[in-house]
Amino acid sequence: MIAELGLALLWIAAALACLSLVAGVLFLRGGPKDLASLVRPASVAQGVLTAAAFGLLIALFVRSDMSVELVARNSNSLKPMIFKIAGTWGNHEGSMLLWLMILSLSGALIAIFERRLREDTLVATLSAQAALSLGFFAFLLFSSNPFNRLPVAPPDGQGLNPLLQDIGLAFHPPTLYVGYVGLSVAFSFAVGALITREIGPAFARAMRPWVLFSWIFLTLGITAGSYWAYYELGWGGWWFWDPVENVSLIPWLAGAALLHSVAVTATRNALRAWTVMLAVIGFSMSMVGTFIVRSGLLTSVHSFAVDPERGTFLLALMAIYIGGALTLFAVRAGSVAEGKKFALLSREGSLVINNLLLTTILALVLLGTLYPIVAEAMGEKISVGPPYYNKVAGPLALILCLVMVAGPLLAWRRDDGKKLWSRLPMAVFAGALVLVLLVIFGGKVGILPLLGMTVAGVVAVASLAPLWGRNLRRTPLPTWGMVIAHFGVAVALAGMGAESAFIKEKLVAAKPGDVVKVGDFEVRFEGVKPVAGPNYTAIEGTLVATTSGGGSHVMKPESRMFPGLMGTAPTETNEAALLTRPGGQLYAVLGQPVVGADGAGRYQLRLWWKPLVWWIWLGGALIAIGAALSMLGRAQLLTLWRARRARKEEGRWK
Amino acid sequence: MKAKHQRLVLALVAVAGIAGAGVLGASALRDEAAYFRTPAEVKAGKAEVGEPMRLGGMVAAGSIVRQPDGLTIRFVATDGKASVPVQFTGIVPDLFAEESGMVADGRMRADGTFVADRILAKHDERYMPPQMGEMPEGVAKMAPKV
Repeated sequence: MIAELGLALLWIAAALACLSLVAGVLFLRGGPKDLASLVRPASVAQGVLTAAAFGLLIALFVRSDMSVELVARNSNSLKPMIFKIAGTWGNHEGSMLLWLMILSLSGALIAIFERRLREDTLVATLSAQAALSLGFFAFLLFSSNPFNRLPVAPPDGQGLNPLLQDIGLAFHPPTLYVGYVGLSVAFSFAVGALITREIGPAFARAMRPWVLFSWIFLTLGITAGSYWAYYELGWGGWWFWDPVENVSLIPWLAGAALLHSVAVTATRNALRAWTVMLAVIGFSMSMVGTFIVRSGLLTSVHSFAVDPERGTFLLALMAIYIGGALTLFAVRAGSVAEGKKFALLSREGSLVINNLLLTTILALVLLGTLYPIVAEAMGEKISVGPPYYNKVAGPLALILCLVMVAGPLLAWRRDDGKKLWSRLPMAVFAGALVLVLLVIFGGKVGILPLLGMTVAGVVAVASLAPLWGRNLRRTPLPTWGMVIAHFGVAVALAGMGAESAFIKEKLVAAKPGDVVKVGDFEVRFEGVKPVAGPNYTAIEGTLVATTSGGGSHVMKPESRMFPGLMGTAPTETNEAALLTRPGGQLYAVLGQPVVGADGAGRYQLRLWWKPLVWWIWLGGALIAIGAALSMLGRAQLLTLWRARRARKEEGRWK
Repeated sequence: MKAKHQRLVLALVAVAGIAGAGVLGASALRDEAAYFRTPAEVKAGKAEVGEPMRLGGMVAAGSIVRQPDGLTIRFVATDGKASVPVQFTGIVPDLFAEESGMVADGRMRADGTFVADRILAKHDERYMPPQMGEMPEGVAKMAPKV
């Protein structure tokens, strides 16, 4: 029954999306006002019903209802409960339903909370959102039905890819999806504003918190994904320029550009057409990413569906939405009035350069991601790897950081170069100090990490400069947000630089009792013992890491064996052991047993000392916190809350 | 500065930026794009010694040999038409096994051995490098002689 109910809810939600779209279009073409009043409740109901359908799918996974094809293929009754739940979105159909639920809930949230837009623009925005969800409803219902029943229920399910049986999976996809799909709000806002020609500061101010909202989740999703790859894949890297990583980075870059350009539109009524364009690009890139990952063009942990029909369907949807929005933009862009002018050396000017650099990096990452696909279609087999991305994105990102040093210190409209210089001595000094220290004590450091750490020093100090001489208690939240986010960039950059410059690596075939030196640590290999997990067996190594300063720590890397379930092959995963210290992380991987000549029970052991590596994710978290503070300030939630409280207080005294 | 001039300057900056990025991207792609080769292409002489490249293929049945140092393995990568010996020092990824697909980054040595710096993890036992296309069942069991 649950599966049938879920499917019925999806159909009703799709019908509601259809209703919103038709009512909205008729209203905008001069229909009666009653039609407009339909759109808000229909959007809310659509969101609630889709969320309920998703809840029912989770219930099916929790109950291990093997008569449902999706559950039988991706779950198993022996799995721990958390992974039964997470398994709901660890597959193609479930993750598409999650995507659709977020799309619908975004529409519902706009309908409930957005009060700053003109009525007709709001209706146009909600209709655009409904049009987006309608396409994905069609995709789900016609080619990826998650509630499909099997004619005969198997005794048990095939289980979930062991690599995905990790607590990170419970949070990483939903977080990233909220960010990915949250960009659809900016897309719909842009389409709505283009339709009603309401492009100006009011529109930008209304859109701003939504952009920040999705960007926070993109940042957190990417940060969490990077950490997952770092400890789960056991190669010790934190970013691989893998296509699936790139397609999450591309919308993030678009979102970063958008939230800076929307600041210019909101504050100074300039860059209007550009802001609308970026809002369209942002969600377009989310769709391109979903298409690339889900269509089976790339093979990875993310490509569940290797089905040409689905790929074609997604491609068609993408062509309709992106093509439609760009056509609308082309038709209406000419009528977007010219914005206010500004000097090149001004806050606006620095934000223009910021946007140019961000979109250039975006284009180069997109080029590197798509090029192999295009080349393969033409018969050439090419893969683009880290050397390309580091070469093109590294220098541009460093220039971007230097612009970030100057931007917040510049006045709007026009500023004076000498004045700017007078605000910077501390920051320049900090950078010079880092550079000198690195050159003297750092030994041989590559040019990119060297520049990275130097720029990090400059940014760290300069990012705090907007707070100097201010009453900290009266500093507005968005300013705090900017400062913390920019400081987070410096922290992450320092971590990246230090990790790549000073990493130490040891690879040995160790027998029990052996001591390996890596960095400041002496690591003794105690031996291995078998352990049993809930649905796997494992070999657990015991390592004791001691530093010269005293203190010893036990590390237990594991090599896990997951038995094959219902005819699938058994799989092995390496669980790295991490020891986090203030100065970095010690990372240990247990490899294969060695059948050596001496027969001493040796095991392969790989150890890394990674200085400051956790600063990378700390920086990511700081960026997200900064964006969250900005959002709170921009959405004026606090102001509203204070006003309400003040009213209550007043009422009490009366 | 008049508004028109300002727009012109901005447009010029943007065009210069895009042109610069295009040149940067194209030159970096030419230098850094690693060519993906199959064993048959390597045998046909398409891979130059010392050039960074990526090799994809099936691990031939019974070909994995662990070296006495306990860290180095040698195996044979095959695509049914030709075979290439591969040498790798390190911990192989979780799903690396005989008769399954693999992709390795590295370079050819003058003696015809491919020296891998990294063997790429595969997330799934059904994994096959996409560039390999379709391969008949049992290829790994009938690998041509090296």
